[in-house]
Amino acid sequence: MKYSIMVNEGPYTHQASDTALAFCKAALEAEHEIFRVFFYHDGVNNGTRYTVPPQDDRNIQKEWSKLAEAHDIDMVICIAAAQRRGIMDADEAKRQGLDGDNIAPGFRISGLGQLIEGGIIADCQLVFGD
Amino acid sequence: MSTLHTVNKSPFERDSLSACIRLASKGHAILLIEDGVFGAMAGTDHSDMVSGAMKDATIYVLGPDLAARGMSEDRVIDGIQVVDYSGFVELTAKHETCQSWL
Repeated sequence: MKYSIMVNEGPYTHQASDTALAFCKAALEAEHEIFRVFFYHDGVNNGTRYTVPPQDDRNIQKEWSKLAEAHDIDMVICIAAAQRRGIMDADEAKRQGLDGDNIAPGFRISGLGQLIEGGIIADCQLVFGD
Repeated sequence: MSTLHTVNKSPFERDSLSACIRLASKGHAILLIEDGVFGAMAGTDHSDMVSGAMKDATIYVLGPDLAARGMSEDRVIDGIQVVDYSGFVELTAKHETCQSWL
């Protein structure tokens, strides 16, 4: 099975990101493929590398980056949602005249077309949100 | 075409479970996740609706989310099957489409 996952909530505010992460791990464990994870609305907050949770708490952001690296998953952050919330890659930061970027490893910024394409290519698209 | 519905809201909070049950067709599956697991509890105001739905649909509940809320599997309505995340994955593979009720 090929999956496309949509995450609409940020880390630590709602369980959605934890659930999506646990689902992805279980699917990969069963040798399925995660074609793409699309982060929309507050979900874009999963993709800032400046998250520093307490040491005894899980680091959801790093978990996503680790998963992307280990399994070559395409993790896409919606550009419009990201700009509203201050999630920038180097190109966008430069274009907006900002003094730095904060996108986490394994993530890239693109548009809603990537969500639609994921839905077309994957066998199953699951949405995790509030 | 068989569909897996996931419901992540408590029936005490929103009406997504009752809407899902109303619209699910015969042979569909409903998986209760996150706060949706409260819909699997026996002896609540919503238990009869959920039990009634099992005439047409198969209902599952995500075990780790039950445990996270301190809910014992003993309190789950008879006939609802408890699954873990690998069971969740299997359900998505078994059904042709997935509908996430948010």
